[in-house]
Amino acid sequence: MKIDFFFQYLLSGLTRGSIYALIALGYTMVYGIVKLINFAHGEIYMIGAFTALIVSGVLGMYGVDPVVTFMIAITAAVIYSAAYGVTLEKIAYKPLRKAPRLSALISAIGMSMFLQNYVLLAQTSDFLPFPELIPEFEFLDPIKSILSTNQFLILVTTAVVMVLLTILIKFTRTGKAMRATAQDRDMAQLVGININKVISITFVIGSATAAIGGVLISSQIGQINFYIGFIVGIKAFVAAVLGGIGSIPGAVLGSFVLGITESFGTGYISSDYEDAFAFIILIVILIFKPSGLLGRKTTEKV
Amino acid sequence: MFKLSEIKKSLLTSLWFMFLTFPIMVLKVNTITDTVEWRWNNLAIVGVGSFILSFVWRWALDRKEKGGSKKESSGQLKKMALAKAIQYKMPTLIVIGILLIALPFVASMYQTSVITTALMYIILGLGLNVVVGLGGLLHLGYAAFYAVGAYTYALLYFHFGLNFWIALPIGALFSAILGLAIGFPVLRLRGDYLAIVTLAFGEITRLVLENWNEFSFGPSGIANIARPSIGVKMRLPQATILIYFIAIAMVIFTIFVVNRLENSRLGRAWEAMREDEIASQSMGIDLTKAKLLAFTLGAVWAGFAGVLFAAKTTFINPASFTVWESITVLCVVVIGGMGSIPGVIVGALLFTLLPEFLRGVSEYRMLVFGITLVIMMIFRPGGMIQKTRNVYKFKDGDIK
Amino acid sequence: MKRFTKLFVIALALFAAFSLTSCKEKEAPTIKIGVAGPHSGDLASYGIPTIKAAELVIAKVNAAGGVNGSMLELVIEDDVCKPEVAANTAAKLVGDGVVAVIGHICSGATKAAMGTYLDSELLAISPSATNPPLTQSGDYPNFFRTIAPDDAQALVEVEFAYAQGYKKIAVLHDKGDYGKGFAEFCKALLEADNKAEIVLYEGITPGAVDYTAIINKIASSGADAVIFGGYHPEASKLITQMKKKDMNLAFLSDDGVKDDTFIKVAGEYAEGVYATGPMDTTSNPLAKEALKAHQDEYGEDPGAFYLNAYAAVLALVNAIDVADSTEYADLTKALRSNYVDTPLGSISFDAKGDAIGVGFAVYQVQNGVYVEL
Repeated sequence: MKIDFFFQYLLSGLTRGSIYALIALGYTMVYGIVKLINFAHGEIYMIGAFTALIVSGVLGMYGVDPVVTFMIAITAAVIYSAAYGVTLEKIAYKPLRKAPRLSALISAIGMSMFLQNYVLLAQTSDFLPFPELIPEFEFLDPIKSILSTNQFLILVTTAVVMVLLTILIKFTRTGKAMRATAQDRDMAQLVGININKVISITFVIGSATAAIGGVLISSQIGQINFYIGFIVGIKAFVAAVLGGIGSIPGAVLGSFVLGITESFGTGYISSDYEDAFAFIILIVILIFKPSGLLGRKTTEKV
Repeated sequence: MFKLSEIKKSLLTSLWFMFLTFPIMVLKVNTITDTVEWRWNNLAIVGVGSFILSFVWRWALDRKEKGGSKKESSGQLKKMALAKAIQYKMPTLIVIGILLIALPFVASMYQTSVITTALMYIILGLGLNVVVGLGGLLHLGYAAFYAVGAYTYALLYFHFGLNFWIALPIGALFSAILGLAIGFPVLRLRGDYLAIVTLAFGEITRLVLENWNEFSFGPSGIANIARPSIGVKMRLPQATILIYFIAIAMVIFTIFVVNRLENSRLGRAWEAMREDEIASQSMGIDLTKAKLLAFTLGAVWAGFAGVLFAAKTTFINPASFTVWESITVLCVVVIGGMGSIPGVIVGALLFTLLPEFLRGVSEYRMLVFGITLVIMMIFRPGGMIQKTRNVYKFKDGDIK
Repeated sequence: MKRFTKLFVIALALFAAFSLTSCKEKEAPTIKIGVAGPHSGDLASYGIPTIKAAELVIAKVNAAGGVNGSMLELVIEDDVCKPEVAANTAAKLVGDGVVAVIGHICSGATKAAMGTYLDSELLAISPSATNPPLTQSGDYPNFFRTIAPDDAQALVEVEFAYAQGYKKIAVLHDKGDYGKGFAEFCKALLEADNKAEIVLYEGITPGAVDYTAIINKIASSGADAVIFGGYHPEASKLITQMKKKDMNLAFLSDDGVKDDTFIKVAGEYAEGVYATGPMDTTSNPLAKEALKAHQDEYGEDPGAFYLNAYAAVLALVNAIDVADSTEYADLTKALRSNYVDTPLGSISFDAKGDAIGVGFAVYQVQNGVYVEL
């Protein structure tokens, strides 16, 4: 009995970690290239979920087949999130590229508030039930009570995204351009890289992963509202920092550490302090490794 | 007047925004009632609005690029002009002083109450200014110190019946201890890591207050906290006025101390630390001491403000001390003018009084607030009243 | 000089504009009633129906000639359910010269405002603040409410659990003031009676990305029933995931969940859920009339606490009428000594301020509708 539940907590932790990972990847990629904490990233996640809800609602009215609806809804979520991400960058971050970090952070906070209230006013403050878009996979039926289709899908998606991203960064030309821009923006410009395009691509990828996460987790929980982005955003940010912000494997590792800590903390200690566990583990790790688990020690030129 | 390329750009921008906001602004799906609503007039508003705004935006950005070079020289001129106009300073201060003293007797209880809240935010802003503005340490957990001050008074009153005046220094002391406790782990952290850890500490404090019922009464909070008294039994209007004057006294005290700190050796060490940590270390500044002192001293003001807050609202609960509270104080500092005392004062007034003004359009308040932050950062990053450095000019005869 | 003048001018402008906005209006002989609650932000859906109820009652009364020869007027102020804002809102209402306040909505905000009202000798009738100390502590003799307090609700819930024969109960809450308070009362009752065992007592985190950890914990505790204190979003998340994992536990909750929105959101998973709520009064003719009035005026069904607010305003108007005055002492006496017909039945108020005639019952979701048991 005990072993069974230990395994369940582990699985919960991995699921949580996967969700945090999908969003933390966006945080870490943007930070790596623009050295900016995109506080509004959580809102992109929320907008992705809302877009999927709206699109599937409209298609459902016209009696479109559920599987097709799912495909269209998730595509729409990805496209719109990417669009919002790029627009966000052009309006609020691009003018501040040369400005001190604090200014860009405040600007990000401002956009976060703006987007939250934008969705609140344009839609509703209620919790809206999220449609059951994801069909149940029959081959999972025997272990349904341990691993639901949703959980399975989340784990698989995260793994796939991580692999694809690593391939992109390591083996493609765009990836090289991204790495160059991250290392030294001015030099990259001098050697002919179009950094505006690189930055936009980064935001597109980050937002797209967040949108996918949004649709998957909203299917699992079953409800969305305008505020879900904020809390998830902070946790994912903690995960990214924990793993070493700027490092993609770090973001994923940090997310899983966070997810598992929370899950076991809830299971074996208490759910009251669930959020506190996340913050405590962050502080503990940063005390011993100030740059995060996989963070690179940057040497500063004097 | 309007070039064709400009019009084409704006047209494309307009189309882009119409596409972008289509699902959220035009469609309204309610999965509870299973309805879909199409709001085409929103599309038109977005289209026209973005067309016009893109012109304005581009003009503003262009102006910013061109105006940059002029700004640097005007800073020096400003300070010298200020020195020359010292004879204007005294009368201005006296007039402000008279207004402040007369205010609570002229205005209603509600207005006095709101101005008192503004004064508390001035204290908070000045305290955070020490950490962020002078020290350059990005602190996103300031509300924790605020909470400690408030809960110290509330709990001391509840368990021991201690009055406001005794609780004031004790609250500040406990906040300072927490500041020290937070300072230690973050010594080695830089920039954004520091920000997230301070945010984490702020949240942990709030979570403990919310969940440790035996200690802090949890989410229900603590009610019936006594107002400050000077031995005489007071009705509410008099008590409000008393609190107002206490707040004024604290603000003056804070301004005085922070001003002295700024111009002291410690203040200069902080500014050096902010500009370049490694250079300041090589100049012999003890970074550890400077950072710890920054956190501790900054926390003291939040402690004072916290005690005052508990006494004023007579009821506190953890929901008043969330990360949004920390962010609000940070915005007061940054938007008002980082590092500049008058700037922080203006920032606090703006953030407290403007929402009261906008009660009529309170729905859009947060929306406007958010976009204002963005615009302020792009077009006026130094804040409303920027910090000017002290410039000393030597006349020929001075140097012997 | 430039920098200083700028500061001075801005500060002066703000002070002046602020002070001048409260210029005295023409004095008209109306009786002012304050309505306070969250009218903007994410909790607005709890405060706006109270405004609508007050508006409809006032319109009806004024159409019949007002009260004691004077027309009624509403002064509506927003407190966004935050205690510090509520204290300022209270000061504003006092300054506006209201004779009484309908509100506040959230218990925390109410607590913050009551001190101000007590000092200024104003009474407040809340349609929704259920925190027991507001009346039980005796600190606020000027506080009344048209909803039963949480400890009464907890009693009904726990008695029902015993009646159903549950032996192992998991008590959960959403860590909020209302939910945790309710759970604490249930816990105290269960521990005192010793008829059932509390196998789990924890708070879930609203807004978390994943609830499987706590659901597993419930499953591993061996409970046969869950008592949940909180609101419908969290409740529907819990019940959906519990049912998906084929957990066959009884789910009992409070009136934050006894809401049609819960059924709509949880869908088929809401079947069989128990919730306590105010006794069913929709068959009451006044209730029907109040609902119809809302439908006619606003074209939709009313939201939370509408009938409670309607009853509160009716009780206040009745008290003004019967006492033939708007003095605090007269009104409070009238409220406590008279019964008034409202959509909630014929109610009065006891010495502490709780409503007499308003009680709780247990409901169950059967075929997609809450049915009183």
